[in-house]
Amino acid sequence: MNEFIFFFNKVIISGAVLGSIYALGAIGITLIFGILRFAHFAHGDMMTLGAFVTFILVAAATAIGLTGPLPMGFMVLPIAMVIAAGLALGIDKGFYAPLRARGAKPVTLLIASIGVTLMIQGLIRLFFGVKSRTFFAEAPKEIYRIDMSFFGATRPISVTQPQILMILVTIVAVLALHFFLTKSKFGKAMRAMADNADLAQVSGINTKLVIRVTWVIAGALACMAGTMLALDVTLKPDLAFNIVLPIFAAAIVGGLGHAYGAIAGGFLVGFAETLAVFNWAVLLRPFRENLPSWISNDLSLVPTEYKLTVAFVILVIVLLVRPTGIFKGASS
Amino acid sequence: MALIDVKNIIAGYGGAPILNGVDMAIEKSDIGVIVGPNGAGKSTTLKAIFGLLTVTSGEIIFNGQEISNSLPDKLVPAGLSFVPQEKNVFTSLSVHENLEMGAFIRKDDFSDTLDEVYEMFPPLKEKRNQPAGELSGGQRQMVAMGRALMSKPSLLMLDEPSAGLSPRYVIEIFEQIKKVNASGVGILMVEQNAKQALSFATKGFVLASGKNSFTGSGQDLLNDPEVAKSFLGG
Amino acid sequence: MIKRAIILYSLLFVLIIGVGLVMGAPFTTRLMVEAAAYSLIALGLNIQWGYGGLFNFGIMGFIMIGGFAVTFISVPINMEFWDSQGPFLLFKAIVAAGIGALLIIGANKLPRFGIKGKTFRIAQVLAWFSAYIIFRSQIDPAAKYIESTAGFVGGLGLPVVLGWVFGGILAAGVAYIIGKICLGLRTDYLAIATIGVSEIIRALIKNMDWLTKGTLTVSPVPWPVPKPQDFQLMGVQTLESFVYARASFLIVVLIVVLGALFLIQRAYSGPWGRMMRSIRDNHIAAASMGKNVKSRQLEIFIFGSVLIGIGGAILTSFAQIFDPGGYQPINHTFVIWVMVIVGGAGNNFGAVFGGVFIYIVWVLSEPVSQALFINISAISDGFGWGAIPEIESRALQMRVFVLGLVITIALRYAPKGLIPEVIHQQKENKKAQ
Repeated sequence: MNEFIFFFNKVIISGAVLGSIYALGAIGITLIFGILRFAHFAHGDMMTLGAFVTFILVAAATAIGLTGPLPMGFMVLPIAMVIAAGLALGIDKGFYAPLRARGAKPVTLLIASIGVTLMIQGLIRLFFGVKSRTFFAEAPKEIYRIDMSFFGATRPISVTQPQILMILVTIVAVLALHFFLTKSKFGKAMRAMADNADLAQVSGINTKLVIRVTWVIAGALACMAGTMLALDVTLKPDLAFNIVLPIFAAAIVGGLGHAYGAIAGGFLVGFAETLAVFNWAVLLRPFRENLPSWISNDLSLVPTEYKLTVAFVILVIVLLVRPTGIFKGASS
Repeated sequence: MALIDVKNIIAGYGGAPILNGVDMAIEKSDIGVIVGPNGAGKSTTLKAIFGLLTVTSGEIIFNGQEISNSLPDKLVPAGLSFVPQEKNVFTSLSVHENLEMGAFIRKDDFSDTLDEVYEMFPPLKEKRNQPAGELSGGQRQMVAMGRALMSKPSLLMLDEPSAGLSPRYVIEIFEQIKKVNASGVGILMVEQNAKQALSFATKGFVLASGKNSFTGSGQDLLNDPEVAKSFLGG
Repeated sequence: MIKRAIILYSLLFVLIIGVGLVMGAPFTTRLMVEAAAYSLIALGLNIQWGYGGLFNFGIMGFIMIGGFAVTFISVPINMEFWDSQGPFLLFKAIVAAGIGALLIIGANKLPRFGIKGKTFRIAQVLAWFSAYIIFRSQIDPAAKYIESTAGFVGGLGLPVVLGWVFGGILAAGVAYIIGKICLGLRTDYLAIATIGVSEIIRALIKNMDWLTKGTLTVSPVPWPVPKPQDFQLMGVQTLESFVYARASFLIVVLIVVLGALFLIQRAYSGPWGRMMRSIRDNHIAAASMGKNVKSRQLEIFIFGSVLIGIGGAILTSFAQIFDPGGYQPINHTFVIWVMVIVGGAGNNFGAVFGGVFIYIVWVLSEPVSQALFINISAISDGFGWGAIPEIESRALQMRVFVLGLVITIALRYAPKGLIPEVIHQQKENKKAQ
């Protein structure tokens, strides 16, 4: 039984947390692709930027002595998201909008997003240095332990408070996004524009405004995802740049331009990663004596150092077998 | 004063002009039909009016205002609507959402208009929650027209509304166009089914190589032996 | 256009002389060797992107492959490894890999025997899975054994230039595999896929300690020319020994770069180049004219990767250390993109110019911003606002920002680059008229 609890802690909880982060990042990428038709490489760095915005707010709040029932990172998140949305709008206006106005090809915008990546990373490193920071310097993470002795286990299911909050916040964000896309005027206009941009323009939809709304949502969600990632691990300048591959894998697996697909893709990639690096030998431990000795004690499918390959393998298989993603995306 | 008055426009995509002087005037009560051989600039005329390509000379007066080279987000609120020939519905959106998108520019309550559109195209009411991509060709055309009517236009421009439809649906679509016109919306359309369309057109325009070659009422054009010989296939 | 290129190259020359005067000859010769290697890499990307329109975001991986290749070839033989059980264990692993490969090939041939559809798919997956397990079962103990006894397999002790050639060959091999899998993909998918490939290459090289020594780093990697120490033994002053050694290295690298430039330029103005351009500008039309677009693209992808691999090998042997932990996408992928875009995609002279110029900008932004910060710091200190802390580490990061700024400005105001592609089409049209 202990082995199953270990499995639950290592795979289900970690997978859900990782999946939430990937999903939130992938939604932004997929929305931007749907509306503007380019792969936004700087998205990972928008996540990092958002995390740093939250960090500054937390520092400011702590400095003036604010406290709350939840970790400060979550308390200031809404404000950070608003600021991050503003920054995203600024980035678009400063770097992408002029290129669009010139009628530049999507690939030019992609290259421009490298420039944005570099500038964001440069600025963050310039102001914050390259060291790792934590949101929990003052108070350690609260850990909930759910007693499982009822099922004959001696080890509890353990989950940190931020992890639970992350999953909850993701659910709230996904529901909010769902209602926005299906019920609000701009949400529907976003779907319309992702479906058929020319017709959207012909219908009199204010496409510039829709683009701005897209950046606001993408920026806010990126901030949320980045903050969560920083809360789960630590905050450093290359925080999200390293997960840009799994995030893109999630978006492509779900079908680019398809918001629900991105959510599914995010969790798929998240769970696939935790499952692949999980050491299955742990589950065999109770039967250890009865098993032949050649079975190794390390039965993880992929060594942890190669976790990244999991996202990549999924990506390549999907691209080769079903290039439009699991859900049919706006990829043509 | 005409609802729309196109005066000798020259337009193109930046290279050599495609339209070399097109004239047409439509009243609110008119059904205007543009016919002509392939490459004559029929669709281009509609697109030029709708600001989708650059007008380099000439005037387009709509409701007394000069509108050449205005973009759709100005033209739709001014009362102009356009139904493109292809990809004219949002396939992943429901029929209802398609219609709502047509009313995007409206700030007022548009449920009356929605009811009117459903009344005009009864099949749409039935399928209002289905994705438009799942509908038949004729029904999609209704969605496209319905979407265009949601902004309460005074002029509706249609690019080959009967293209790709079976003969039974062609008649039906033309009936609906007449109904729309009867409700007080001017119509300007491009048609391949020239004879059929001219038979109910109050104004007909024959274009050739980006210029007007004949103008008159639909019946006049049908009866003109030269038009019949060169453009209507005998 | 030629006039513009001459002016820009003259300005670049003046800049290099200026740098030499301010920073001194040892610094400048080092800078120039690295800049020359980078311009070779930029040439490689220019072939892929400028000629072929292939979006390679995995340059770092190929640079690492080149670095590994030259290390493996030129580092002295590790007798401890060859005397141990290691070679035998590795041989077993290779056999296991062979068995795995046979399984996969066998599974792929199943349709010939009438096994199709779902059963075929399942068989394929099973074959891949068992091949993976068989290989892992042999390589894991071998790796563990080698790491605990000999440390790593060591090198072959062969000449450095052979290592550079091997860098090109190894990069070509990897490019072939990647190209086979990924080249059919759309531009943005290709970008993601190649980023993934380069990250996997990095993870492999970093963690395969038995082969590459991983983050423990291998040094010294030998030079193809006498090192400064050798010059010192001959009685040359320390400072001058560096200049002499680096200058002779520079000459070797320049020969490589100019040779590559000459060959590419010749190929590009010939029928091969025309075909490549026609494929880039219009896939569909080229395909309908009976050109095998995919295999041409594969050709160009491999060709570009060879140059990148050689460039990577040169960088590693010059640095005298192979440190897999030192490779970063920013320093080894994005910077190359900036070089090609700023220099002028599709123009080899533009790529070389961009390579040298951007490398100088990249390296010099550190001391320049350091000087700038020290001045600002002094001013703000004077106003009583306090000094800027940690100026040195901050100045180092400034170059990332400068790089981003340079590429955004270039895209905005000179989207075709400083020395743009010469459009041959017009000339041909004129002849036709």
